[in-house]
Amino acid sequence: MSTIEIRDLTKKFGTFVAVKDANLSVAAGETVCLLGPSGCGKTTTLRTIAGLERATAGDVVIAGRRVNHLPPEKRDIAMVFQFYALYPALSVGRNIAMPLHREAIGSAEVAARVRKVADILHLRDILDRLPGQISEGEKQRAAVARAIVRDPKCFLFDEPLSRLDVELRHSMRGQIKAVLSNLTKATVIVTHDQLEALTMADRIAIMRDGLIEQVGSPHEVFAKPANVFVASFIGTPQMNLIDAQFKGYGNGKAKVVFDEQDVDLSVHPAVANLKTGRVTVGIRPRAFSVVSEDTRDTIDAMAELIEPMGAETLIHARTKTGSDIRVVVPRDKRVKIGEALHLVPDPAQTHVFADDGKAVRA
Amino acid sequence: MTDRVSFWEWIGFRSVGGIAEAGWGRTLVVAVVSFIYFLPVLFIIFTAIKPQGLALSVPPTLSPTSFFGLIPDQFVFTPTLDNFASVFSRVMTAGGQPESTGFDRFFFNSIVIASASVLLALVIGTLAAYGFSRYPLKGNDTYLFVILTTRMLPAIVVIIPVILMFRAVGLSGSYLGIIMLYAAFNLAFTVWMMKSFFDELSTDVEDAARIDGSSEIKVFFKICLPQVVAGLAATFVFGLILTWNEFLFALLLTGPDTRTVPVAMNQAVSSGGRGTDWTLLAAIETLFLVPVFLATFFLQDHLLRGVTFGTVRK
Repeated sequence: MSTIEIRDLTKKFGTFVAVKDANLSVAAGETVCLLGPSGCGKTTTLRTIAGLERATAGDVVIAGRRVNHLPPEKRDIAMVFQFYALYPALSVGRNIAMPLHREAIGSAEVAARVRKVADILHLRDILDRLPGQISEGEKQRAAVARAIVRDPKCFLFDEPLSRLDVELRHSMRGQIKAVLSNLTKATVIVTHDQLEALTMADRIAIMRDGLIEQVGSPHEVFAKPANVFVASFIGTPQMNLIDAQFKGYGNGKAKVVFDEQDVDLSVHPAVANLKTGRVTVGIRPRAFSVVSEDTRDTIDAMAELIEPMGAETLIHARTKTGSDIRVVVPRDKRVKIGEALHLVPDPAQTHVFADDGKAVRA
Repeated sequence: MTDRVSFWEWIGFRSVGGIAEAGWGRTLVVAVVSFIYFLPVLFIIFTAIKPQGLALSVPPTLSPTSFFGLIPDQFVFTPTLDNFASVFSRVMTAGGQPESTGFDRFFFNSIVIASASVLLALVIGTLAAYGFSRYPLKGNDTYLFVILTTRMLPAIVVIIPVILMFRAVGLSGSYLGIIMLYAAFNLAFTVWMMKSFFDELSTDVEDAARIDGSSEIKVFFKICLPQVVAGLAATFVFGLILTWNEFLFALLLTGPDTRTVPVAMNQAVSSGGRGTDWTLLAAIETLFLVPVFLATFFLQDHLLRGVTFGTVRK
């Protein structure tokens, strides 16, 4: 079976810990995105899987076999690099053929396979050109073609779309997803673009400072962020994360105080077990409904900045003591600058994070 | 809107962003300046084809042709190839027969010694540079600095111990000795040049090759080397020019059989007490220019990219 597994993987560069105790398993045919801000260790994790870096501790297991000691060429993988890494001195066709050289197949077979992937990725007409003579999009497709020309155990993509312009990125995202869905290989994609991760991945592993913070389906990481970092990282506009004092729980509602406002929030019942004290309340900007009355259920703020985004409008509102709250309302909801807003959060999209940053949900 | 080009624009001051079109004005200015710089070389080439007596004539003769009467007759000389013939064979003693001067041998020596030493330095230096670039040592920069110190002393200081050592091991006057010495001196420059080229390469490409199944040897030869061809060419030409023109080491460390042209040139014009034969000297110099000129000419496509140290890339 074509699977990837990393167990307690740690990678240090000198005293700097790039990846710490990472655990992840990728099933055959599954695509997992490593998502995180730059410097979070996602590329290092990928390179360690590839064998381009050696693990300091822990295991890399590919197709059921521990490969820690194996050099990249013996791991039977294919990788697409951020800057494509095409061989500058070789034509596109010879670039694509390169991984086939180690397989004992005749030149006719090599040519046939190159033609086959060139057809899939629309490279037929540029096989004789050098990488310096083709466009970014073509380079990207050539790099993908070189990866899929062989039949490796798994695929690794390092920021595959980051160099393309927006339009090309959309179409390549679809093309890569289509190509991958026809293969039953474990695939790991590294990206810092959450949209890319949300659209391409079966599961997303969110990393920060060398730690995997949460692994889950795109839906899970969006709807049930495990901690404050994941909550803030996934979703645009960013989730509102409000520092508050938790005063107690009753009638399915949490009594919290923030910015001198007493608010009763409908939240997950597990919050009942929480001790009183400091918490972070997370509410997605789209989870507010604007009501006319100021009640105990509402958060009150004043519209300060209004950014129309097309179908919706983003409102930056400010509470009495100065906290910024982002609210997204439908386009037809007219709000004026300076208007007082009474906001009721949707209970399903209201998250309470304990003092240590973890979501209270269990 | 007007298409009129101001004078300043015409001679090359820019009024638009980006790269302007190639213009006649600035081309003319640059051509004139280039010609002024080229004049000494041109004068030597003309001197080489002057009759012997005209080398020091006042006013100097300036042109082998009158350009259809454009240049007054007193500035025009009748070109001759006699000087080139006498580089290789001429009358050495009064009333004697023309005899071989050995300059064919000296040119051969110069070509063999310069190219062998530069190539040797290129092979060793490129390997070393790749090592410094891809397999750094603790204190990598210190080692590189130490390598450069070999070029910090003037040749005249280095030469004395070298002469003594060469005498002791019997390398004086041999091809091997002078080739090794030049190679050693070119090495510092080669390592530094080539390291900067290797540093510029994207290591992703090498990693891709590793994943595609290339051994480290193959990564070096098939992936890295083809990308630094420009650097190899530039380093080769720079090294060649330095070595080709070197005088002091050659004077003191080559023997009669291994003498190089710069040394022989000096001896050819200063011996015999008859004063300097300027037209002969000019002829030797003109011939001496040809090999380096050809090497540079054939490598110029690579050189252009090479001398920018790979910094200008798309």
